[in-house]
Amino acid sequence: MSEQISVPTVAELVAKGEKPDVLFWVGCAGSFDERAQKVTKAFVKILHHVGLKYAILGTEESCTGDPAKRAGNEFLFQMQAMANIATLNAYRISKIVTTCPHCFNTLKNEYPSLGGNYDVIHHTQLLQELIDEGKLTFGKESFKGRKITYHDSCYLGRANGVYDAPRKILEALDAELVEMKRCRKNGLCCGAGGAQMFKDAEQGNKEINIERTEEAIETGAEIISANCPFCTTMIRDGVKHAEKEDKVEVLDLAELVAQAKEL
Amino acid sequence: MQYIEQLLFVIVLGVAIYFFIKKVKQIRRNIFLGKDEIINDQKAERWKVMAKVALGQSKMVVRPVAGFFHILIYIGFVLINIEVLEILIDGVAGTHRSLSFLGSIYNTAIGFFEILAVLVLIACVVFLARRFIVKIPRFHSPEMKGWATKDATYILVIEIVLMVALLKMNAVDQLLQVRGADHYIAAGSFPVSQYLTGLFSNYDTSTLVVLERVFWWFHILGILFFLNYVPYSKHLHIFLAFPNTWYSRLSPSGEFQNMPEITNEVNMMLDPSKADPNMPPPEKFGVNDVTDLSWKNLLDAYSCTECGRCTSSCPANITGKKLSPRKIMMDTRDRAEELGKAKDKNGSDYHDGKSLHDLISQEELLACTTCNACVEACPININPVEIIFGMRQYQTLEKSAMPSEWAMMNNNIENNQAPWQFSPTDRANWSKEI
Repeated sequence: MSEQISVPTVAELVAKGEKPDVLFWVGCAGSFDERAQKVTKAFVKILHHVGLKYAILGTEESCTGDPAKRAGNEFLFQMQAMANIATLNAYRISKIVTTCPHCFNTLKNEYPSLGGNYDVIHHTQLLQELIDEGKLTFGKESFKGRKITYHDSCYLGRANGVYDAPRKILEALDAELVEMKRCRKNGLCCGAGGAQMFKDAEQGNKEINIERTEEAIETGAEIISANCPFCTTMIRDGVKHAEKEDKVEVLDLAELVAQAKEL
Repeated sequence: MQYIEQLLFVIVLGVAIYFFIKKVKQIRRNIFLGKDEIINDQKAERWKVMAKVALGQSKMVVRPVAGFFHILIYIGFVLINIEVLEILIDGVAGTHRSLSFLGSIYNTAIGFFEILAVLVLIACVVFLARRFIVKIPRFHSPEMKGWATKDATYILVIEIVLMVALLKMNAVDQLLQVRGADHYIAAGSFPVSQYLTGLFSNYDTSTLVVLERVFWWFHILGILFFLNYVPYSKHLHIFLAFPNTWYSRLSPSGEFQNMPEITNEVNMMLDPSKADPNMPPPEKFGVNDVTDLSWKNLLDAYSCTECGRCTSSCPANITGKKLSPRKIMMDTRDRAEELGKAKDKNGSDYHDGKSLHDLISQEELLACTTCNACVEACPININPVEIIFGMRQYQTLEKSAMPSEWAMMNNNIENNQAPWQFSPTDRANWSKEI
C-alpha cells in the first residue's frame, strides 16, 4: 500500500459544505480492538478504492449501547442511543454502513422508536451491492478453489435474516464454500452475543466458541470467514485452543475482499 | 333402556363440556394475568404464518423423523375426530351410524379412519420408543423429571388405547352387521378391523351387542376424558398452537423492545421538552413476576409442549450450562398456574408475594447469548428470549445484581463511550495508520 489514505470525518466534510453519501459507523471494537482495527482498515481501503463518498464520526462516535441493553441496563442504552441520535440527526445522516452486526442491529431496529431513522446496512451487504453493480470485480484468482467456511453471526443471520449477501461475496471470490452443519438459520452462536463478550461464561462443560470452532475446523476449510468483530475474536481463540493457527485463518469478509484486490 | 342410555350420554357430555369450559376460562384468566399488549397489525401476514407454521407444520419437519410421525398423529387426530360428530349424534339421538346415509363417501371415510388409526398407533409407539428406548437426550434433561415425562407418557398411552378401542368397536360392529342384528345397519368399510373379527366371532349376538356398547362408550368416554386432561397438560398445544402462531412476533428477532417508561425518564434528563410530565414514574423496571410479562409470553408458556428443540439448539445448554429455554417456559406456566390458584382462593387483587425469580436463577438468566436459536427452533414460534431478557432487566435495574465485569463495562460505556477502558479521544487513532 503506497498511497496514504486520509479518512474524512463528517465534521470535516460539513465544514467544507459537503455531506457524505454514507456514514461508516466504525463501532467500539473496530475502533479500539487491534484485531478488529484490521477489518476497519481493510473496509476503508475498499471504500476508498471504489470511490464512495463516505465519512466517519471520529471522536463524535459513541457506543450504540447494545452491550448495556443486552446486559439489562436499558437506562444506559437509551442514554447512549439518544446522544448518538442527536449527533446523527444534527448531521442529517441518512445512510449508515457498519462492520459490526451488533451496531447494525441496534441502529437499524432499536433506534427508530427513539427518533433515529436511517437506512442502515451491514458492510457485507454493501460489498455485495458493489459486486452486483460491477464496481468491485475480481480478476485475480487468489481464492479460486480455496476451501472457505462461513460463520453466520446471530445478529446478522437469525436476528435480521441476512444470509445470502456474505455468501455471494465468497462466490464472487471464486472460493469453494464449505458449509458447517449448523449454518444459516441454524447457525451456532460463537458465544459472545448478549454482552457475553464482556464477562466470563457460566459454569458448564465446554466453552461455546470451542464447540463452534471445532465444527468450523471439521469442514476442512483453510479459512473461517466471519462478519463480526466478536465472532472473529471468539473463533480465533477457538483456533488457538485447537492449536491450528498455522493451518486455519479467521478472516472477515472485508479482509478477504481487500486481499483479493491487493489493497 | 334405550332412553336411559341417551339420557346418560347427554349428562356425561354436559358434565365433560362444563368442566372443560371452566378450565379453559381459568387458563384464559391466567394468560391475561400478563400485561396488555395490542398485537393486531399485519393481519394478512399473521394468517399466513399461522397457515404455514401451525396448520402446515413447516417447522416440525425441520427434524424429519419426529416431523413425519407428528404429522401422522396430527392428521389422524383431526380427521378421526370427524367421527366424533357421528358419535355425538348417535349418542343423543339413540341412532347407530347416523351418517351412513352418505353412502360410499361414508364407507370410504370409515375405512380411511381405520388406516389413520393404525398410523397414529404406529407413531405413538415410535414416540414412546424415542423417549424410552432410543433415549433422545432432549427428553431426559433435568426439567423433564417427574410430571413432565409422566404427562408425555400418559398422552401417548391414552392415544394408543383410544385407537385400539376404535378398531375393536368396528370389529364387533362388523360381526353384528353380518349377522343382521337388529339396529346394526350395514355401513362402513373395515380394511383393518376385519382382521380383528376373529377375536369376537365365538360370542353370541347378545354378548356382541353388549361388547359393542362397551367399546363405543369406552371410546367416547376416553375422548371426553382426554378433552378434560388436555388443559392440565402440555398437550394444550393442539389448540393453542394456532393462536400462538397468529400472535407471533413479526419484527426482526434482533429487535428488543425499548422501554417507553425509561424513554420518558431519559428525555426528562436530556431534553425535557420531549418528556411527558404527566407520565407517572414507573413502579418497577423489568420482569419480576408473570404479571410483568406480556400476555403473549404467557400464551407462549401455555402453548409449549416441552419438545425441547429450543434447549437442544441453545448454545449455553449444549455446552453444559444450566440455562434451558424449555425450563424457562415450563417455569413461567407453573408460576402463572400458582398465582392463578392463589387468586382463586384469595380474590383477584391478591398477590402471594412470590416471583418468577424463585423458579429461575440468575445463573440461568446470565447464560443467554440472545442468539435466538431457541426461537428459530420452536415449531410454534415461542419466544423464551423475551422472558429471559425481561428478567435480566429486573436483576440489573432493580437489584443492581450483575457480574462485576458487566458493572465495569457499564462504567466504561458511561465514561469512555466504549465498553473498554480506552480514552474516547483515541477513538479514531486507527485512521492515522492507513
